[in-house]
Amino acid sequence: MLAHLGAMQTILEISGLTKTYSGGFTALKGVDLSINRGEIFALLGPNGAGKTTLIGAVCGLVRPTSGTIHAFGEDMAAHWRRLRARVGLVPQELATDMFEKVQRTVSHSRGLFGLPPDPAKVEEILRALSLWDKRDAQVRTLSGGMKRRVLIAKALAHEPELLFLDEPTAGVDVELRRDMWRQIALLRDRGTTIILTTHYLEEAEEMADRVGIINKGEILMVDDKQAMMERLGRTEALITLAQPLGGIPEALAAFPVSLTEEGRVLCYRGGGGDGGRGGTAEVAELTKALTRAGIDYTAIDIHESSLEDIFVDLLEGGAA
Amino acid sequence: MSLFNARSAWTIYKQELMRAFRTAMQSILAPVLTTTLYFVVFGAAIGGQMQGGMGGVNYGAFIVPGLLLLTLLGESTSNASFGIYMPRFTGSIYELLSAPVGVAETLAGFVGAAATKSLILAAIILGTASFFVDYTIAHPIYAFGYILLVSASFSLFGFILGIWADSFEKLSVVPMLILMPLTFLGGTFYSIHVLPEPWRSVAMANPVVYLVNGLRWTFYGSSDVSIGVSLGLTLFFLAICVAFISWIFKTGWRLRT
Repeated sequence: MLAHLGAMQTILEISGLTKTYSGGFTALKGVDLSINRGEIFALLGPNGAGKTTLIGAVCGLVRPTSGTIHAFGEDMAAHWRRLRARVGLVPQELATDMFEKVQRTVSHSRGLFGLPPDPAKVEEILRALSLWDKRDAQVRTLSGGMKRRVLIAKALAHEPELLFLDEPTAGVDVELRRDMWRQIALLRDRGTTIILTTHYLEEAEEMADRVGIINKGEILMVDDKQAMMERLGRTEALITLAQPLGGIPEALAAFPVSLTEEGRVLCYRGGGGDGGRGGTAEVAELTKALTRAGIDYTAIDIHESSLEDIFVDLLEGGAA
Repeated sequence: MSLFNARSAWTIYKQELMRAFRTAMQSILAPVLTTTLYFVVFGAAIGGQMQGGMGGVNYGAFIVPGLLLLTLLGESTSNASFGIYMPRFTGSIYELLSAPVGVAETLAGFVGAAATKSLILAAIILGTASFFVDYTIAHPIYAFGYILLVSASFSLFGFILGIWADSFEKLSVVPMLILMPLTFLGGTFYSIHVLPEPWRSVAMANPVVYLVNGLRWTFYGSSDVSIGVSLGLTLFFLAICVAFISWIFKTGWRLRT
């Protein structure tokens, strides 16, 4: 998946990042995280996990209690001026001057980051985000999805190399969400490194090269998405039996199976550690064993675990 | 990247000025109309009945610096406080905080724009006043400098207010309940020499007395207090505001969590 990236180069290095708010709540507990240049990294976690605080700490909205943040190989605390100019942020909330016109607010963002006016660049960004036709509209008159695109356009106005998207598709309908995914993929293709937080596991599964799971201020796991699914994936097969069983027959004792629905459904859960590929093979063996034992069945429902299953397992400590 | 990003500062400045012109009725016309009414009522109507004027100056002309200051203090404070409070209120301040922008650019943008609006208002008010009262400016360069100084100082003060406030009510409390009464009692409409003791001594504790009299000196060459004291106190106030804002940016007070 990351073959197109070539040699890995760290663009962001976070070490021992801690944030304790004045009320005593610790939002980040010694977070260590490295982001590779050119990747899409999805940070997954429930509400209050510390995702937005982590992004805020990198972008200058939150003052870390301890720890270091290096971007592009330099300390952000020491060289914040030149480093912030290379970082973009799309916040979770639709926060902008709603009375400003689209084109002007995007140009404003470019100027705020110290770049000279470039109408052609602004036009290119607005066209890429399907906002050009709305360039003279006040932001407040746009739909929620378009407002979010305006925020993305504002974040892109200074051509950042590292872009943070905090819940980019929150409150966006399915069609627009998929459209947004395409836009984000295009950005990555143009060389922008993207870190996104999301509640939608489907989003991470669809887009991310690597996934980090954060909960209660701690990073539980960071891995290549595919590797994570292969390492922690499970296969689940539900075999509907022609006749109910009173218990697991001796012939099936070697398989990780159980009976449900009053013995009418044989449930297989296995294949952990090899991404379910072993699981599907084992399900095939299970069906042969059923046939040999003379146990008839009428249907098989088989599926691989999703990132969502892994996420839930990790949060519950089941797969940790 | 240099220590001062002029383009960023200019962008903030331009945005703030455009916001003022977008709301010209509220930002420019309303204060001009209010001040004009003061000139009509106090300057032309009541002042016309006051023989001998005040402080050796025709009464209508006497109140010009005070009324000008009344507007400058209120508008500088309100404009700057509103300018920084609104992004905090809407959440759009994230963009400013994540930009390569420091205290210098932020102040040049927000405070510079607020002070500019005050200067524009001052020019309009002085022009309007000339229709109702006959006044002169003895030291026009000093007058301009003093108006600029007061505008900048109270724009800085307003900026602090906009960062301190966490509601629209708090935003209007200081201009309405503190600045306005202090200005009215600070010699806007009268010389403090007409006050009997102990009120004259009490009035000297009002900092606005020194501001009004500083500006009045630039108009008529005389005032109730020394121009040196007025200037010194105004500069001291400006220095305190700058120091406090530097502290805000250093600690992130009410800006960064």
